[in-house]
Amino acid sequence: MSVHVELRRGAYHDSVSLLQVSRAVAGAPGVEAAQVAMATELNVDVLRGMGFTVPEEAGPNDLVVALRATDDDGLATGLAAVEDALAALSATAGSTGADDEVPPGTLGSAVRRSGARLALVSVPGAHAVTETYDAIAAGASVMLFSDNVSVADEVALKDAAAAADVLVMGPDCGTALVGGVALGFADVVRAGPVGIVAASGTGAQQAMCLLDAAGVGLSHCLGVGGRDLSAAVGGRSTRQALRALAADAATDWVLVVSKPPDPEVLAAMEREVETLGLRAHWAILGPGRPDLTAAVEQALTAEGVTVPDWPAVIAATDAPGRPADAPVTPGSLRGLFCGGTLAEEAALVAGAVLGPVSSNLGHDPEHALGRDLRAPGHVVVDFGADELTRGRAHPMIDPTLRMERIAAEAADPTCGVLLLDLVLGHGAHPDPGPELAEAVRAARDTARGAGRELPVVVSLCGTDADPQDRRRTEAALAAAGASVFLSNAAAARHAAGILGGAR
Amino acid sequence: MTTPLRGLLTADPVVATSGVALFADALRDQAVPVLDAGWHPPPPGTEGDLATVMADPRRVAANAEALARMTAAEAHLVDVLPASEALGLERGTFLHAGPPIEWERASGPLRGALVGAVLLEGLADTPDEAEHRLAAGEFDLEPCHHRGAVGPMAGVVSPSMWVYAVRDDAHGNTSWCSLNEGLGKVLRYGAYGPEVLDRLRWMGAVLGPILRQAVRSTGPVDIRAIIAQMLQMGDEGHNRNRAGSLMLLRELLPGMITADAPSADVAEAVRFSGANEHFFLNLGMPACKLATRAAEGIPGSTVVTTMARNGTDFGIRVSGTGDQWFTGPANTPQGLFLGDYGPADANPDIGDSAITETAGIGGFAMAAAPAIVRFVGGDVPFALAATRRMYEVTVGEHPVYQVPILGFRGTPVGIDVALVVRTGDLPQINTGMAGRVAGTGQVGAGLVTPPAECFTAALSALARAAGS
Repeated sequence: MSVHVELRRGAYHDSVSLLQVSRAVAGAPGVEAAQVAMATELNVDVLRGMGFTVPEEAGPNDLVVALRATDDDGLATGLAAVEDALAALSATAGSTGADDEVPPGTLGSAVRRSGARLALVSVPGAHAVTETYDAIAAGASVMLFSDNVSVADEVALKDAAAAADVLVMGPDCGTALVGGVALGFADVVRAGPVGIVAASGTGAQQAMCLLDAAGVGLSHCLGVGGRDLSAAVGGRSTRQALRALAADAATDWVLVVSKPPDPEVLAAMEREVETLGLRAHWAILGPGRPDLTAAVEQALTAEGVTVPDWPAVIAATDAPGRPADAPVTPGSLRGLFCGGTLAEEAALVAGAVLGPVSSNLGHDPEHALGRDLRAPGHVVVDFGADELTRGRAHPMIDPTLRMERIAAEAADPTCGVLLLDLVLGHGAHPDPGPELAEAVRAARDTARGAGRELPVVVSLCGTDADPQDRRRTEAALAAAGASVFLSNAAAARHAAGILGGAR
Repeated sequence: MTTPLRGLLTADPVVATSGVALFADALRDQAVPVLDAGWHPPPPGTEGDLATVMADPRRVAANAEALARMTAAEAHLVDVLPASEALGLERGTFLHAGPPIEWERASGPLRGALVGAVLLEGLADTPDEAEHRLAAGEFDLEPCHHRGAVGPMAGVVSPSMWVYAVRDDAHGNTSWCSLNEGLGKVLRYGAYGPEVLDRLRWMGAVLGPILRQAVRSTGPVDIRAIIAQMLQMGDEGHNRNRAGSLMLLRELLPGMITADAPSADVAEAVRFSGANEHFFLNLGMPACKLATRAAEGIPGSTVVTTMARNGTDFGIRVSGTGDQWFTGPANTPQGLFLGDYGPADANPDIGDSAITETAGIGGFAMAAAPAIVRFVGGDVPFALAATRRMYEVTVGEHPVYQVPILGFRGTPVGIDVALVVRTGDLPQINTGMAGRVAGTGQVGAGLVTPPAECFTAALSALARAAGS
């Protein structure tokens, strides 16, 4: 066996590009394991977990090339594959047209050169503030995908944006649809009269997909960042977004989607909507409030649209038709999520049925998960949380960490049901269905090998027009033995029901 | 009613991106025009300072003001006179190029020029004695910039040397620069042999007075207008001054020829000036100094107002932080060498002449002077790319200084500290190379960049100033 670990200082590539490099290299003949990544704390942990010895001096601006091969020939092949894959990255970046033309050096320059009204910032959080100010100064609205931006910076950025009459969507804004263009993670939905304002990325995607399934199209979806309706941020971007949609000829009514907001800020936004004369409906997560599916149903009903049956496939092994005296599956709920809002909603829905749920969602200190993300009993993990994406691609692109956890839960006898989400659309993994289906099948086999049945429930958020095709993905997951729901709330309720909660 | 968000919801989408390439690709897949900034991380530890400076609400307006002042500055040659009169330079005080420095750390060429100047002023009889007295700290050393002047290469100015006076009436400033000595063994490159001192004495006794009469008789000469024209004639104003020198001579000749001086002296003054391809540099430099000086002291501005080198340190000053110098070790230029000289003979970067780049010409106008690239071992696309790259680190374009081959686009002007740190693209400087050993003279010419730490240090100071 041959092992190679190398540190390249000052060589930067984004985490998604490096994921592609790592995959290309791992597939080279003779290579057993490969990881090419920036040496962030998280990635160094992953590398060490893979059995590599990472030099102590490695820092977040260093590129680590780590390879393990069957022999020296395999290592040489792998290293050649690294060079090829890295060269391919710079060839794309360097294609600038004329030989004497130079690419834009900064985002501000790119905005001015292209005449863009919109800038998309996805640099690591520590640098995102600089990029965003630059775009605002150049006159562009910003979709700020980056997370790890402080509340103080968020407030200052949004004030600067309002003064310049541009919108900051974010930070940590994963989803937007502007004039028919999907930005970040977004589903392919039909055009129509509904505007969404979303302080929640996957919440917005859930709403988009439900509306699409009901035959209702969208004008725009403006993300505002998950904290926009908090007391500190005060709905700064929501207010701007509502005003812009009120003035937009293509928008008839608006759905506001948010994680649990500050009540006073929410009240202020409700007053804002009245002064604008805007028809608005609220899909606001929180204890005692309707879940997103119910909120969308209420909005549809109020607008005179028939609520359809939401697509669902229920596995034979946990079909609701089984005898009422059938033994309740022992064990706990383990919800492993990529979407933050979907995780939040699942914890609320399941918690109402099953009792306390431990999570890394940050609301309930008493049931907060530690760094190992483990606890006895019911657990919901958001793998898209800030601390899990520092220097690493979002789990909707790079599912490695969640895949490892699925395998671990399969071997854990206290795991009674696995609840997973899968989000389709632009920006997400190009075809995640087969990979997750395989993981579901493997997990169920592992459990069966240990003499137990492991039900798996998947909340599948997507549309038939998405590049990954919702129907095909649903079929693959169902064939692997999972129950699959378009409605995340229905999925969570079903999972809780398997554990003996009310079906 | 105006459309909210600058028409975001109604415009045809065009998106600029910074960061993960996947998102730009996803937009291209939707047939959306996308321009990716190709972001890469700035030096570790600068992210907090960058964010603070970018958040400074004064920054955008302050930089616009700096640009406006820099490009509005005038430059008229109004007089030629001894440095003692022009600068109030006292006997025993010597000006030099670059940030402040003491004898102990002075480089070979700066030491050589100081020795020559001490001999010229009659403050020592031999080079050894001059060096001894300089080393003993008997004389005062002061940067040219501290008196509003600029000096090429070593930039040493002593009281009896003659200087040009250039005036900016728009902002009420004057700047000064010594007379150009020609090429080869000259004081500014650190040579101090008898022929160097003889030439300086002749310049003080003959050339200076004749030029003074010429300037006073033919009236102020518009230096900015000459720079604008020379850029359209293949000069970049730092390493290449051929067209500028001829145009200047055309202005001065009538006054020189009719000056009250023996005809042999007039003839020698005209021959000397006409034979010197860098005759104009010593007027371009103070003109650029006037431009950058007009932009000094604007709170919140991140625009560089000085780049200067003393042969040991490279120093910059920034509008928003006033007179404070930010220094780092000077790099050694890369380029071509005269005669048998090679890289080992070259001294690190020296001179106030980077004021030309600071004001948007020189290396920044490289595209205007494709002939220069043969001198520095590049090709024409390199010259075009050099100027285009500088647009990425400057706040604007010069309305008067234009580059024909770029469609008469204005030269990039107003180096922004934040842009330099963010892009990692350092200002491009075209320069001469002095011999490392005192007394050698010029050994070559080429290209150089400032050390990056000047800019990160300035950024830090700007961040502190913004946070207070």
